[in-house]
Amino acid sequence: MPDTGIGARVLRKEDARFLTGRGNYTDDINRPNQTYAYILRSPHAHAKIKKLGIAKAAKAPGVVAVFTGADLASDKVNGLPCGWLVHNKDGTPMVEPSHPALVTDRVRHVGDQVAVVIAESRAQARDAAELIEVGYEELPAVVSIADALKPGAPLVWDQAAANTCYDWELGDKAANDAAFAKAAKVAKVDLVNNRLIPNAIEPRAAIGEYDATSGHYTLYTTSQNPHVIRLLMGAFVLGIPEHKLRVVAPDVGGGFGSKIYHYAEEAIVTWAARKVGRPIKWTAERSESFMSDCHGRDHVTHAELALDGNGKFLALKVLTKANLGAYLSTFAPCIPTYLYATLLAGNYATPTIYCSVRAVFTNTVPVDAYRGAGRPEATYVVERLVDEAARISGIDRAEIRRRNYIPRDKFPYQTPVALQYDIGDYHTTLDKVLKAGDYAGFEKRREEAKKRGRLRGLGIASYIEACGIAPSAVVGSLGARAGLYESAAVRVHPTGSVTVYTGSHSHGQGHETTFAQLVCSTLGVSLDNVDIVHGDTDKIPFGMGTYGSRSLAVGGSAMFNAMQKVIAKGKKIAAHLLEAAEADIEFANGEFRVAGTDKKKALAEVSLAAYVPHNYPAGLEPGLEEQAFYDPLNFTYPAGTYLSEVEIDPDTGALSVESFTAADDFGRIINPMIVEGQVHGGIAQGIGQALLEGCVYDGQGQLLTGSYLDYCMPRADNLPSFKVDTNVTACTHNPLGVKGCGEAGAIGAPACIMSAILDALRPLGVASLDMPATAEKIWRAVERAKTPKAA
Amino acid sequence: MTAVTVSMTVNGKPVTATVEARTLLVQLLRESLLLTGTHVGCDTSQCGACVVDVDGRSLKSCTLLAVQAQGAQVTTIEGLAKDGKLHPMQEAFRENHGLQCGFCTPGMVMSALDLVKHNADPSEREVREWLEGNICRCTGYHNIVKSILAGAAAMRGK
Amino acid sequence: MYDFNYHRPKSLADAAKLLGGSEEAKLVAGGMTLIPTLKQRLARPSDLVDLGGIGELKGIRREGNALVIGAMTPHAEVASSPEVKKAIPALAALAEGIGDPQVRNQGTIGGSIANADPAADYPAAVVGLGATVITNKRKIAADDFFKGLFETALQAGEIVTAVSFPIPEKAAYAKFPNPASRYAIVGVLVAKTGGGARVAVTGAGPSVFRLKAAEEALAKSWSAAALGGLKVPQTGLNSDIHASAEYRAHLVGVMAKRAVQAAG
Repeated sequence: MPDTGIGARVLRKEDARFLTGRGNYTDDINRPNQTYAYILRSPHAHAKIKKLGIAKAAKAPGVVAVFTGADLASDKVNGLPCGWLVHNKDGTPMVEPSHPALVTDRVRHVGDQVAVVIAESRAQARDAAELIEVGYEELPAVVSIADALKPGAPLVWDQAAANTCYDWELGDKAANDAAFAKAAKVAKVDLVNNRLIPNAIEPRAAIGEYDATSGHYTLYTTSQNPHVIRLLMGAFVLGIPEHKLRVVAPDVGGGFGSKIYHYAEEAIVTWAARKVGRPIKWTAERSESFMSDCHGRDHVTHAELALDGNGKFLALKVLTKANLGAYLSTFAPCIPTYLYATLLAGNYATPTIYCSVRAVFTNTVPVDAYRGAGRPEATYVVERLVDEAARISGIDRAEIRRRNYIPRDKFPYQTPVALQYDIGDYHTTLDKVLKAGDYAGFEKRREEAKKRGRLRGLGIASYIEACGIAPSAVVGSLGARAGLYESAAVRVHPTGSVTVYTGSHSHGQGHETTFAQLVCSTLGVSLDNVDIVHGDTDKIPFGMGTYGSRSLAVGGSAMFNAMQKVIAKGKKIAAHLLEAAEADIEFANGEFRVAGTDKKKALAEVSLAAYVPHNYPAGLEPGLEEQAFYDPLNFTYPAGTYLSEVEIDPDTGALSVESFTAADDFGRIINPMIVEGQVHGGIAQGIGQALLEGCVYDGQGQLLTGSYLDYCMPRADNLPSFKVDTNVTACTHNPLGVKGCGEAGAIGAPACIMSAILDALRPLGVASLDMPATAEKIWRAVERAKTPKAA
Repeated sequence: MTAVTVSMTVNGKPVTATVEARTLLVQLLRESLLLTGTHVGCDTSQCGACVVDVDGRSLKSCTLLAVQAQGAQVTTIEGLAKDGKLHPMQEAFRENHGLQCGFCTPGMVMSALDLVKHNADPSEREVREWLEGNICRCTGYHNIVKSILAGAAAMRGK
Repeated sequence: MYDFNYHRPKSLADAAKLLGGSEEAKLVAGGMTLIPTLKQRLARPSDLVDLGGIGELKGIRREGNALVIGAMTPHAEVASSPEVKKAIPALAALAEGIGDPQVRNQGTIGGSIANADPAADYPAAVVGLGATVITNKRKIAADDFFKGLFETALQAGEIVTAVSFPIPEKAAYAKFPNPASRYAIVGVLVAKTGGGARVAVTGAGPSVFRLKAAEEALAKSWSAAALGGLKVPQTGLNSDIHASAEYRAHLVGVMAKRAVQAAG
């Protein structure tokens, strides 16, 4: 069925409801007799709470209840857990402070949760919150990494000396030093990876509900992984047995990592629903999102790349400091370590790599995974260094990459930073993008732009990512407190239609379509006869959800394996019905056939026999429904190379992105239309990071970019149309040969755009610039370059 | 509480509701009329997820009091498809993969329709500039722009 | 939003009466600034007097050598008006660049200038074109209208009813927008009039201001080259996360030249 199966540009099944306003997002849900919660948040970055008076608020019109951290404590509600333990260089564990859903004695960032008001309406809850009397004693705050590490800096946590959560390393330092000693040249960069605010357009929301007769809780929430929330909240925070807790993540309006984590508001509304005996809805206003959704990135790095006389890479050394914010969010510790340092080999055969990461606490919103998570940071470091290496050795930027790529005949390739890449073909991908982006014709365009008074630059960046997250045993040995397999249940109904229950979660990725195509191809049923169910812990098997470009590689593989079980059972039934040996039955195009004959039974005939087992194999269970859990054997390694061109107005520093060309290797592709869409979106976020987006706090920890008036989201007029192309090497270790495509654009684009800007400015002598490369920064760089250096 | 009674026509049907004066049009639509296709994505009037048509002009329903729309003809995303058939602009979004998570989509479609009203044959640049008030975090706008160009062409009968 | 009483008068006189009826009453025109301000609970009016029901405040008309725009005329109407495009194309272009299409559909000239946002576009037009602000009580010359950050000459109970723009020989507006809010980081309107040249700058300072040095240079010679030696002092200019005072000062010069070039 090529029209709807693997490889087809099938239009999305989910679009009909979204296009007609019939989506079902959390805030669209209303429960009978529901109340509304408003969270009172700290206006200070760091303060002691000397007094917390709720009496007036409790008496305000429409108020049902007001709760504080003391109420949670007296009910023995625990803090929000962290899901990953990282160890220091000396083997001791990281500092792991508590993370209360509502604070009791001290606030640690602007937006920290102080109290919750539950009322008959949103407006009344907010009105009443203004009547809560909080006596704050302000404490000095630390905001930036540099501030946090200054001798004598105020401490975010008394137990974290020098505000350090951990000081971690990867790689053989002695071997690295030795390699640097032999270098002909060393490229050096000092970089800031700017802090970002994820900004899924649907603000977070949660509805808690409790049924006293059964003791069942239900939480509707904007989550990428409802079972993870059920596990963390049920088992660790509220102590609710999992069979008494249902978590539903209905339609979710974008995640980008920010909706992976278990947030305080989820625990608060679930716990409080029982206290007040009514459902409670909480919906973030955007300004709350800015100060309560986890942020991303925020690194400061010094890195060096040792080269031999031919521009071959000998060794890479990376020294990074990472800001984790005030508390450890769910996956925070692993982002600047295991999802970052392990990717520093990039696409290159660099023989030795050493990375040290010091992670600090600051009085800012917690920082965790945001689209790409560690991998954009690694790519940025590596690719900025490669450009610098090209510059100091006088080698063309494409050529130095080609010269250092891991050759296609060296796979599987063991990197010096723990990962083993299973397959790749970076040279072909490079050739494709150079052609598609007309690399050869660039200088002409630069000259033409110059005539118009514009500085034109070409950017190039390769990237690799570790996706299909992740082999449980591997991540377990690295400190993960969870497995990262995925589940699927495939139910063939009596008349042959199919429902698949997946542990993956779709919040824009189009799983209802892509997964259905996989079913079409594998079971030979028509697209209309397949439904994909996700997002409800009462329906789906225990699954780990969607992030890290894992849904197809891990969730799809689970689905594929479950379908193989269906087929295996179907063969037994068909063999019986066709009076043939099971070994002689073949399954293809939805039909079980006796090999070499025209004797056959359609899937629907077999499924009917399975549910009406009058004439049925002895000893075989009725029904046709199978489940599989798939634990990947390795990460997958999507890789690609991007080209971009920018033009700069030297009078103002204003920049326009003139073109962007991507060539990616995602392995086998199920729906090219959806894959292209994922790449487009990732590129836009990457361009956003490079040019527009940057979270800014003032020295007191006040968030200056707390709304779209100040935090610059990429808009349609900031971007060109993109050219996207693919090169396919099939993943070797999952049954589908797929790798994942969700994060690629956001990983490769920032480095590519910065490469273009520096290329445009290099003729003026500008050697370095930090993201976001705003007009003023560019203008200043141009002005500085114009000013003759003092002798 | 200062209650006001507002009456307007929404998607062709007359509606009347008694709400607080401080109720926004989007709250009336979502909470009183349960037309939850119109979304709220920000609180500073930038994101455009709440765009609806009021008396023939696209407006941000999060920045208009319900009572300011007294007597108005309001069309929301729910009012576009007729007899189970998508409006050509909706259809263009479907055919060109102009949406991913779907949250910004209703505002995008409503805004696009206002563009086409003014400019039946917009250029790519004009579409991009028109979308200044609509933020999408998923698509990178590439396919939204493509959708709107295709939708406009379909509406021109091409 | 805090609770308030809502009024929608049918006449200017009723509006004035309602506005005078309470010290905490506030006018709402398009509401593009006020409604978000109320949502953020940054203002707490007792009464909201909506000018949307007063027909006499809407519309664009030519009066002799002036273009008179009713206070409640939305930006989109100014931008698309053939009358405006013909008489003062710079004004239509400026209106076309305000906010986004939805803001232009609802936001009004009266609301914009009464609010006196330092980064709004219209103040540059009012001052740069030497307009007259007409209220229910008097006429105020542009140079006397804007008094500072969100401050105007409007007195309690005074309502802007129209703005009268004298038609210049040439004019143009050049804007360097804030990439996030799309307000002006710097916007410069230049106008060549019978009496000389006017140059008004918005976005750069706490309030719109005239650039006298540029006006003198342009009065002598209407050309971008005449502004070649223009040095804009950064003293007193705004400085924030989006642009330093130094950068704004530089942009004022660049935008002024570009505006002159565009005006022809």
